Parts: sequence; structure tokens; C-alpha cells
Amino acid sequence: MAKPRVATASLCGCFGCHMSLLDIDDRILQLVELVDFDRCPIDDIKEITGPVDIGLIEGGCCNEENVKVLQEFRRHCKVLVSVGDCAINGGVPALRNLVPLRECYEEAYLRGPSVDNPSGRIPDDEEIPLLLDRVVPCHEVVRIDHFLPGCPPSADTLWAALTALLAGRAPELPYELVKYD
Amino acid sequence: MTTTAEQAAAAICAEHGDDRTRLLDILLAVQRRHGRLDDGIIDALAARLGIPRVDVAGVVSFYSFLGDEPRGRIVIRLCNDVPDLMVGADKVAEGLEEELGIRFGETTPDGRFTLEWASCIGMSDQAPAALFNDVVVPNLGPGAARRLVRELKLHPEVADLRRLIVREYGDGKNSHDLVRAAVKNNIRRPGEVILADMAHGAGLRKALAMSPAEVIREVKTARLRGRGGAGFPTGMKWEFTRAGDAGQRYLVCNADEGEPGTFKDRVVLTERPDLLFEGMTIAGYAIGASRGLLYLRGEYAYLREYLEHVLSERRGQGLLGEGVCGKAGFDFDIRIQLGAGAYVCGEESALISSCEGLRGDPKNRPPFPAQRGYLGRPTSVNNVETLCCVPRILEMGSGWFASLGSRKSTGTKLLSVSGDCTRRGVYEVPLGTRLRAVLEMCGADEPVAVQVGGPSGQMVGPADFEREICFDDLATGGALVVFGAGRDPLAIASQYLAFFIHESCGYCTPCRVGNVLLKERLDRIRAGRGEAADLDYLQTLGQTVKAASRCGLGQTSPNPVLSTLRSFRSAYEALLVTPAGGAQPGFDLEGRLAEAKALTGRGSVHFGS
Repeated sequence: MAKPRVATASLCGCFGCHMSLLDIDDRILQLVELVDFDRCPIDDIKEITGPVDIGLIEGGCCNEENVKVLQEFRRHCKVLVSVGDCAINGGVPALRNLVPLRECYEEAYLRGPSVDNPSGRIPDDEEIPLLLDRVVPCHEVVRIDHFLPGCPPSADTLWAALTALLAGRAPELPYELVKYD
Repeated sequence: MTTTAEQAAAAICAEHGDDRTRLLDILLAVQRRHGRLDDGIIDALAARLGIPRVDVAGVVSFYSFLGDEPRGRIVIRLCNDVPDLMVGADKVAEGLEEELGIRFGETTPDGRFTLEWASCIGMSDQAPAALFNDVVVPNLGPGAARRLVRELKLHPEVADLRRLIVREYGDGKNSHDLVRAAVKNNIRRPGEVILADMAHGAGLRKALAMSPAEVIREVKTARLRGRGGAGFPTGMKWEFTRAGDAGQRYLVCNADEGEPGTFKDRVVLTERPDLLFEGMTIAGYAIGASRGLLYLRGEYAYLREYLEHVLSERRGQGLLGEGVCGKAGFDFDIRIQLGAGAYVCGEESALISSCEGLRGDPKNRPPFPAQRGYLGRPTSVNNVETLCCVPRILEMGSGWFASLGSRKSTGTKLLSVSGDCTRRGVYEVPLGTRLRAVLEMCGADEPVAVQVGGPSGQMVGPADFEREICFDDLATGGALVVFGAGRDPLAIASQYLAFFIHESCGYCTPCRVGNVLLKERLDRIRAGRGEAADLDYLQTLGQTVKAASRCGLGQTSPNPVLSTLRSFRSAYEALLVTPAGGAQPGFDLEGRLAEAKALTGRGSVHFGS
């Protein structure tokens, strides 16, 4: 029987959640026995190749490309999980929701202290994805099945959730794994 | 260097005995004189009263009738409650804005006029209505509003605004020399208890011939329950208060009739003040209080002089003061505390805060007011209508009272009926009356929905019209707003949520944040971007807000959503969409990208537009 397939992506996040996944230490050996990885920053597969059992999303959506990737994950993943506070709440990137979009662009491309932009224009390069007017959590864009809170969720949290999902159960995290103070 | 304004503010403090618990009165008086409560005045008041400036500034920012912005000499507050909007308050607003050349929230450059919105001002039976300072202007059409403002512009002197504005007095005591209001009573159906013809004084005399414990027993035997909405047994509340610490206790009458669509207390205060004061006196006797407070909502300030006059007459007749009715050892007097436009102050612990000169924040319970209320002393807070029942129970007997209404809901209930019906006004009906019977009385022509008990109550449809108005079925503090054909229950629910968002004191998160989230999701569904799961979301979030909020406001604010989900579920379902590919229909990608497209001057690569 084929192993379950897992895909992951970091949208508007800091890769901290992915680092936390690597923090499962030697359990990573068990993980590769249990699953096959599809698209994932760790194996550098760029597009999802087929049906996926579990998709893990780090980060919220700050631009059109994030939305595109998230929609692709939703289409291919049986179970989609928001991992970490940015995916769930927007997190630190959502602080820019307090600043008008024009000011964000101007700070990045025109006025920032290290900016060298003789054109004096906000770039229209198609390689730079258009920003959404505000950073939104993933569940506002597509349906999300499970949420793993934490900044980042600890390796134990991720491990507990993954093994539960692989066993076909909804993750039920004990109090110790979701308290932060 | 102090300005004359600051000196005058200090003088007003002195008039109030430099008592910080009278801060609300002090601020109202200073605001009346200077039109604003600016930083200098706030500093001066704080120094004079010996309290931190933030305590003064906090109160100023809390109440909608107070503010640090300069306001015009005439502040026009147009009511934006649902019954007013139903009859074109928005058109009136346009007329006022055009005539004055300012928008709502602004003041004319000459400092003469300010335009503001007000939540319900207790005139739903004669909507649209507005307050011009203290003066009520009912039935204000767009044309009349323009004419009135044009005329006021010609009279720079506003000393007697009432004389300039009021052309025709209303019925009953509305034409009294000290009221002179255009307000109409609209008493449509007098009942047996409060709006009946009666001789005053018998109840009080009987009460004073009994022991306080006997008075409480009589009220308990009558099974009188609080008329404000919660229906707590009045006799029990008095017993708890009487069992509180010995020494000073207080009786507070809640006349902060802020529940949108409710106006029955207005009529009681106009036509039955003696009955109310008699009830307060008996209550004071029963709980062992020598001091009573009438918390009069700021919107009813036009009744204040008249009520003060009635109080002073009663003092003259020996019905208030030392040794009431010659009863040695029973002293009782009443002070009127004016509110300043805050719905939450109708909640009893917030009302007590307000009486103490604080922000109208609800307090934690326990301790309950019966243990530690006003100034930390045992306090009973009772509704106007409840207190009016008391002299009648003493006069006519508890058996008589209990024979009216139904078994668990004895007596009569005053209903404030407004909206789509031909006979808006006050109805006194026995508790247990079917909703349909009231709808027939008021001339409601095939209503599609009725809001029972105001926004904090519930919205019901025709399937519920056979239900009974009483504490155990359709409970209501008194408001019935009727909606006829063509009205949209979901739009009304959204307007009511906007009201709660505005009136939340902001102290606890479930109420401050939850109501905003409820309205966002409801409006998303109304815009055709909701899915089936959103109904569950509304249900769950609504229940959370109810369960987790600190006071009655948040514990009832989700009701417009929860009751329409129950009564008008098909209206919700008709608006739902089924998204493809697991997308959330509420996510508006085009809208979210529009600004970036404009700023970069290009279209989307990923979504090809």
C-alpha cells in the first residue's frame, strides 16, 4: 500500500514553523518511514504533483501568490492544516494591516533608508506579486480543517498532530502543548 | 493662571459640595455652561475634587452627552433607532445636513449648531424624533426639519429654546407649565394597575401601618416580578437588601429607559409620577432606606423640572422628608440623578456606577447590589413600572394583583408599541396576553416579524404570534416593534447589532469584539457571500458572547442574530452560496487586490486580470 503523502508550504511566514518541524529530531527517521513528501520547501518540489493526504500551511496570505498556492493546496489536499499563529491569525506580518497599503509600498520601494530606486516609482514588475490590501488568515481564503496554534507550534505539537492525522484521528492536543505562558 | 471657565467650573464643584460622587452632575452643569469639557476644565475639576485627571477624562469620554470637542449652542440629536429609520430618519438627516451645511458629528463654523446621531430617545411612537438640546421634537419630517432649522438660524438667542420650537403641546401633563413638550402620551389601552383611574396615597398609608416585613410579604404574595425584563421577584430582592448591613441603605429607581423601542416609562413619568414616588417611598420603608435615587435618562431631561416640582409638593404634604406621613422614625427623600446618554447604564450595576460619578461600567457580581451597591451600601434597584405596581398592591391587596395576568406572571404589563401599525403607543395588558391579540389591538396589518423586548429581546415571526407575553414565554421589558410586509429581518438584526457595538462599554472582550464579528459575518451573508458553515459560526459565536460577557448587555446582544436564526432561518438560507474548490465565499480577492493594482499600475499575473 502506498504511503500517505504530505505537502507543506510557507506563505507569509518566517519558516519558523518549518524549522520546528525539523526539530522533531530523530523522529524524522520514523516520519520518512511513515509518509512520502510531495511539494515541500525541504525537498524543493515546486508544484504539487498529485493528490495529497495532509497539507500543512505556515503563514497567512499577504499577496496574490500566497492565495494561489493556498488554493492549489486546498484543491489537492484531503486534509488541510493551518500551522502556527501567522496562518491562523495573520501574525506579525498582519501588523501592516494598521498601515495604509500605499505607505507600505512607499516605505519598501521609495522611502526606506536602504532603498536605491532612481525611477521614483513603485515597481510594476510581474515577478513581484501584488500585495493584498491586508494580510488575511488562511481560513478566510479557503476552508481549513485543523488549526495548530503556536509561534511556532513546538516539535512535539507538530508530531502529535501529524501522527494523529496519519492514524485518521483529529488532533487532540493536551493542555501542555497549547499553553504558552 | 486659571481662566474664568476654570473658575466657574470650580464654583460648580462647590455647589455640589466638592463631592466626587456627584461628578456626573458637575460635568453636565459645566458642559451646559461652556459647551465643552476641554483639558483645562478637566484639570481644574480634577484638582478641585482631589481625584486623578484620568477619572474625570474617563467619565467625559464615556457618556455621549459629554465631550471635549466644542459643541454648538444647539445640539441636534436625531434618533437613528430602527422605528425612526423605517419612517425616513435618513431623509430628515439629509435635510438637516443640507440646511446647516455640515455633516453628522460636525459643528457649524459659527458655533451655533451641532448635528449628532442618538440611539433611541424614547419616542418610537412618534418617530422620526430628535432632541434639540433638552427639547423633544417628535414627528419630525424632512420638510419640518428644514423649516425649524431655518427659523432657529434667525434667532441667535437660545435661552428659551422650548418656546421657539414647541408650537403645540401634547396631551395630559405634556402641557404642564414645567413640561411644555410636543410629546404625545399615546395611551391606547389603560389597564387595571398603572394607567387606571386611582386615588393616590392609600397604598402608602396602608404600608406604613404595617411592618416592613409585612410589606415585603404582601409584595411576595402578589408574586410581583421586576418589569425591567429580567423578571426577578421584587419581594425577594427587597428581602436580600433588608438583610444587608445595618445603617444607610438605598433605593434606586431605574428610569434609564434605553432599550430601543421602549417608551412606557416616559408616559408613566409624565402621567403617574406620584404613583412612582409613592412606590419608591414604600420600597424605601420595606428595605429600611432613608434615601432614594431616581436615575432619569438624559434624554428625558425635559421632564426633570416637573418631577422636581412633584417631589417638592410631596415634601410639602409630608409624603417625603422626616417622618413620612407622620410615621416617627421613617425618613425618606428622593434625589433625581440625570444620566448622560449611555444605554449600558440601564444595567443595574452600571447604573450604580453612574450614580457614583463614575464611568457607567458594570460591576462584578458578587457582591450583588443588595449586599454592596450604591456607595458600597445595600441597594435595591427597581424599574419604574415595578415600583408603580407596589402602591396598587398595598391598596388593592395582593390577591387582587395576583388575580390579574397569569399564574407565574401576575399583574399587567405596559407595552410600548411602534413600527408598522396604525395605533402606536402604550398598552397596559394583563401578562399572559397573546402576542396576536396585541397586534390586533394596535392595527398591525399582516406583520412579517415583531421585535419583542427590543434588540436585547427576540425577533419572532408569525409562527410565534400565538405565544403569550409573560416572563416564562415571550419576556419583554416592554418594547414591541412591528415589521410589516417588505421589511427585511436580517437588515434589522444588523442595525440592532450596530447599536450594541456603539453602546458596549468595551470592558470585556466577548462583547467588545464579539458583536463586531457577529455583524461582519451577518453582513457578509446579507451581501450574498455567506455559506452554510457561517450559520453555525454565528450560532456558536453568539452563544459564546452570551455566555462569556460580563453584564446584561453582552449577555443579550447576540439575540438579534440568534433569534432571527431561529425564526427566519429560511431568509438566511436563501442567501447562502456553495463555493467551489473549498474556497471561502467571503473572501473578495478582486477587492483585496484593487488597491495594489492601482498603486503598481498593472494587473494580476496569477489571476489573469
